[in-house]
Amino acid sequence: MSVTELQFQAASVENAPAIAIEGRSQWQLTWRRLRSDKVAVASVIVIFLMIAFALAAPLIAQLTGHPVDQAYTLRGEDTSGLPVGPGVHGFILGTDQIGRDLLVRIAYGARISLFVGLLTTSLAVIFGVSLGLVAGYFGGIVDAILARFFDAALAFPFIILALALASVFHPNLGIVIGVITFFSWAGISRIVRGQTLSLKEKEYVEAARSLGAGPGRIMFIDILPNLLGPVLVLSTLYIPAAVTFEATLSFLGIGIPEPAPSWGNILSEAQNFYNTSWWYVVFPALALLITTLAFNLLGDGIRDAIDPRTERLFAGSKTSQRKRRKAQGKNNGGLDLDQAILVGQEGDLTDESPLSAGEG
Amino acid sequence: MNMVRFLIRRIITGILVLWLVATGTFFLFFAAVPVQVVARNLAGRAATPGVLAAVTKYYGLDRPLFAQYLTFLHKLVKGNLGQSFLTQQAVTTIIKQDLPVTVSVVVGGVLLWLIAGLAVGILSATRARSLFDRFATLGVLAGVSAPTFVVGELLIIFVFVQLNQHGISFIQTGYAPITQGIGPWLGTMILPWITLAIVQAAVYTRLSRGSLLDTLGEDYIRTARSKGLSERRVLYRHAVRSAMTPVVSQLGIDVGALLGGVLVVEQVFGLHGLGYQIVQAIPSGDQPVVIGLVLLAAAFVVAANIIVDASYALLDPRVRIS
Repeated sequence: MSVTELQFQAASVENAPAIAIEGRSQWQLTWRRLRSDKVAVASVIVIFLMIAFALAAPLIAQLTGHPVDQAYTLRGEDTSGLPVGPGVHGFILGTDQIGRDLLVRIAYGARISLFVGLLTTSLAVIFGVSLGLVAGYFGGIVDAILARFFDAALAFPFIILALALASVFHPNLGIVIGVITFFSWAGISRIVRGQTLSLKEKEYVEAARSLGAGPGRIMFIDILPNLLGPVLVLSTLYIPAAVTFEATLSFLGIGIPEPAPSWGNILSEAQNFYNTSWWYVVFPALALLITTLAFNLLGDGIRDAIDPRTERLFAGSKTSQRKRRKAQGKNNGGLDLDQAILVGQEGDLTDESPLSAGEG
Repeated sequence: MNMVRFLIRRIITGILVLWLVATGTFFLFFAAVPVQVVARNLAGRAATPGVLAAVTKYYGLDRPLFAQYLTFLHKLVKGNLGQSFLTQQAVTTIIKQDLPVTVSVVVGGVLLWLIAGLAVGILSATRARSLFDRFATLGVLAGVSAPTFVVGELLIIFVFVQLNQHGISFIQTGYAPITQGIGPWLGTMILPWITLAIVQAAVYTRLSRGSLLDTLGEDYIRTARSKGLSERRVLYRHAVRSAMTPVVSQLGIDVGALLGGVLVVEQVFGLHGLGYQIVQAIPSGDQPVVIGLVLLAAAFVVAANIIVDASYALLDPRVRIS
């Protein structure tokens, strides 16, 4: 950044009308940035629609007149006993192999898949954050022991353990939730631990300690609020991972048992009919993909909003950035446009990367 | 000299890790799964108590757990992984039979996802914020969001079924050994490879894009440009090479996690590889097979990590092995 530019900025601040300056908290700023991110807003809308779809499952069953577990052996199957396609005999998305309404089952499946995703992520966040805080704050032997647990939980081949558990117990919702939680918390712990290590050296923690605050107070009242950003981003990214995880477990026959529908077990049943009934695979797959993609895009959006120094791919238009660069180029004194863009990019990156690395 | 000492130390710790995995898996499967469950699985549901007792005794399952563990370790050191409870085949024979399938899937898959991931990543980084970059990022997120088996099933529906309905039978499911000719082998492998690539390439695109953008801002890149080197040479000789470090460490992690992915891919495409064997062996309580295969996977992971760490020094001259 050149001296003239700094002078220019200083002057513009001085000349600005005083009333325009208004204190905004970090969260207000984040919220404003998130709201202006079109992709993030669209993702939130999609997620709410999907939740509404799940909540409205009984209503959909009523409107179509097809209860979730009702098999329509006559109307719902063709002459060779195969599922009927979308729109046939009043089944909007077609039927499954025993003639149940696919739309109704996908709606009820949304309930279980979203429930599993949200619940396991909440549990993993609670365990992960608590253990990460404890490991990072106390350090020493506590940290050494906990860190080995994080490593072990991250390194273990989860599918093998899930298969082993399923061979002893019958698969059920509880085991599915337990397995997914068990393999999710360690990643969160590791990141929280790292952040805590650096945060506990900050002056305000020192101040709290000198005022006589105990470890519990410091960890949960002083340090935790400063971790909310990264934890929020992680949670948004863990929800789709958990939905995917549940689907994979169901596919291997160790997920939510039939007849309760989940997207995973619908897809797992559907794989035997790919030759004849494409809709049976495609619609549940679409529901799952739309949901996980929306959560992933939202997670990226929140990350960008919390840390505006990271590159914002979707937010902010390309042309406005070009214009900014062009203006910079002119200030630097007559570089041509391409060079100005190049200089601008390099400047951005070298200026920013040490900062973000220092905080991480 | 440094390199040799480094390798020796890593191999010793690698053997320690393998011993830990062997012990962990052994106790998980022999202690967590009750003997009665195993014996019933082996002898069949209708077995009388007498038959059950005989089966338990025959496999040595009645001996104290620790004695069984010592026998297991003793055999392991001699390279004997034991015999399958179900088929009486030596576990090493099973591995020899099915390894080619899994290796075909893994090697092809890894190569394809590396090439695809890096190509898209480098193109995105050199055209940051372009339309291509945005679509690539969206595609990458879609890949990350999809479970492996869903990608596989969709490929089967939209590629395999469609092609075969139109009389093009190049692509097949199942497995054709490479000894039967490269064509049939490729036909059975191409969809599993694409599946792995779609799911995994995403991570590499993101990683190489971010890392390359960071590297392009370094001073030595500016120096290289100011020397008058061509942009192509700056990019491929100087920037890409050192931007690959995080990509390589990610590869080490992914090869470890590949077991899960391969297991699912083999299941979707009806390939009878090692992943398929594990899925068969665990519910039926065939513990020697399970432990043997888990150990094999762990050995691959350990080896991959050593190679990854050693290759840092080759990629980035600033890294010194210590």
